Amino acid sequence: MTTTTPPTSAAQQFALRRHSPLQRVQHLLHAHPAISPFLVLVLAFVVFATLNPRFASPNSLSLVLQQVAVIGALAVGQTLIILTAGIDLSVGAIVILAMMLSAKLAEGQGLPGVLAICLAVAVGAAAGALNGALVTRLRLPPFIVTLGTLSVFTAIGLLYSGGQSVQATDLPPVLSWTGESFPLGPFRITIGVVAVVILYLAVGFALAKTAWGRHVYAVGDDKEAARLAGIRVDRVLVSAYLVAGAIYGITAWILIGRAGAASPNAITDANLESITAVVIGGTSLFGGRGALLGTLLGALIVGFFRSGLSLAGVDDQYRVLAVGLLVILAVAVDQWIRKVRA
Amino acid sequence: MTATTHTPGSRPRTAEPDRRTPVLSARGLVKTFGKVVGLDGVDLDLYPGEVLAVIGDNGAGKSTLIKCLTGALTPDAGQLFLEGRPAHFKRPQDARDAGIETVYQSLAVAPALDIASNLFLGREKRRRGPLGTVFRMLDQKGMRREAAQALADLGIGTLQNVAQAVETLSGGQRQAVSVARAAAFGSKVIVLDEPTAALGVKESTQVLRMIEEVRSRGLPVILISHNMPHVFEVADRIHIQRLGRCAGVVTPQSHTMPETVAIMTGATTLEQTPGRTTT
Repeated sequence: MTTTTPPTSAAQQFALRRHSPLQRVQHLLHAHPAISPFLVLVLAFVVFATLNPRFASPNSLSLVLQQVAVIGALAVGQTLIILTAGIDLSVGAIVILAMMLSAKLAEGQGLPGVLAICLAVAVGAAAGALNGALVTRLRLPPFIVTLGTLSVFTAIGLLYSGGQSVQATDLPPVLSWTGESFPLGPFRITIGVVAVVILYLAVGFALAKTAWGRHVYAVGDDKEAARLAGIRVDRVLVSAYLVAGAIYGITAWILIGRAGAASPNAITDANLESITAVVIGGTSLFGGRGALLGTLLGALIVGFFRSGLSLAGVDDQYRVLAVGLLVILAVAVDQWIRKVRA
Repeated sequence: MTATTHTPGSRPRTAEPDRRTPVLSARGLVKTFGKVVGLDGVDLDLYPGEVLAVIGDNGAGKSTLIKCLTGALTPDAGQLFLEGRPAHFKRPQDARDAGIETVYQSLAVAPALDIASNLFLGREKRRRGPLGTVFRMLDQKGMRREAAQALADLGIGTLQNVAQAVETLSGGQRQAVSVARAAAFGSKVIVLDEPTAALGVKESTQVLRMIEEVRSRGLPVILISHNMPHVFEVADRIHIQRLGRCAGVVTPQSHTMPETVAIMTGATTLEQTPGRTTT
């Protein structure tokens, strides 16, 4: 241990050595993991705005926000699961299940719009709770559980809807209300974007400022230590999956507004894109470290690359390439930060 | 901090029977694992304000005994008494709720969380008023202040920044965080499982000082250790486990280190080596 007296031994002098600039960067990133995605976001903004000034126009930025909304919302749930050292491959499947169930009932059975939204959230929560129950009761790895429920939920959603889309015009207006937009200064903001912002604020608060959030981090960090510290690990896990499921249910509502229809083919890449946003955002795939702010930045980075590269007139495959490289870079940085020592 | 009603005053320094009510006692504990006998009828008494060391060779039943006392295992037969009243612990949480805090060898800390969060892990404090009751907001400032106080109370002033992640600490500092957590919340008994096993000389000394600090507050400590010099330095009495039974209870005054080790390994018995009477 270090003492306040002047260092006498060589080891003490070593312990009190000045850190190299690189080590200081490592410590800074360790304490604030959202810094690196923030820098990437700023850099991307500057580069894309230079390549094509239209990128920085309010119109274009408003569009980016609308495009990012759905994946950004899903990534909130995905962050919860990844923080517990899990992974959720059933993200898109739960959205399809919740969306098609509520849309079909609203269209055919005349279920009131508000109740249809509540149903979507309830279906999502139930599906998430099922994932959580399988993970905790059967002690199966989250990867396997959600790989299985990915197929199960998708199949149920498709069977129930007969694979048919439901147009927003056939639905109660409140179901596509999330697609409505209003001006905010020079920007056009949709209700869906507002809903996503509220999601980030609410879940961000829960993660950073409540005991439940602490426990989510502790369980992902070291399950056994959390158990010995008196945390009911299984309960925390099930609650994380349940909340994530409810968030996917809310996303179903945002998606109907965004797509103008409840379509079973609306989000094919949701799983990987939500994981991408989380990882680029600096949350560790090994659990226990990361922040929701990083996920928001990660989702925006992907949105910036999509819009920026297309405005620069570059083939869309370069976006895919760039996002892939970013993912590898983000995980490499995470591994490096985890080696931090006093 | 928890207030204790025990008086540290006269600690038992002899192997003579104590007339006071033990804080924690076990009678006839039996624990088997299939055909393997872990505990074969063990009695144990822990008196107020003492450090009771539990020593024994590998397989002597030390860990099993401790797990039975702290709710990690349920004994097959036998009884536990906490302050004279029968106690049954089905889970570690039951023992913790009853005031028995355990510092596990694995330390049970979440490395990525900061010191204050680890100290309060599982027992977080919430803000007063609607922020705490409605929004369930944590009292981060209060927890950090109390964590710093808890560490300072144990003479660990060197950990200035309680907002520091535990993984950036040395082994001894992590141990200090674990012991501070136990000392802050343990109201009746603190159990330390091999607290110095992974530490160097200097850090071990610091942990031993912390044990003495805890004892001076009147909290009794059960110390499991392989390290005889450490045991003889801080223990008031030494419970020797051998082959699932208690081979005797000695004190650092009644028996020398070699005599104690001889009883522990079965080279002699307490009857053959009664030790010096210290009356």
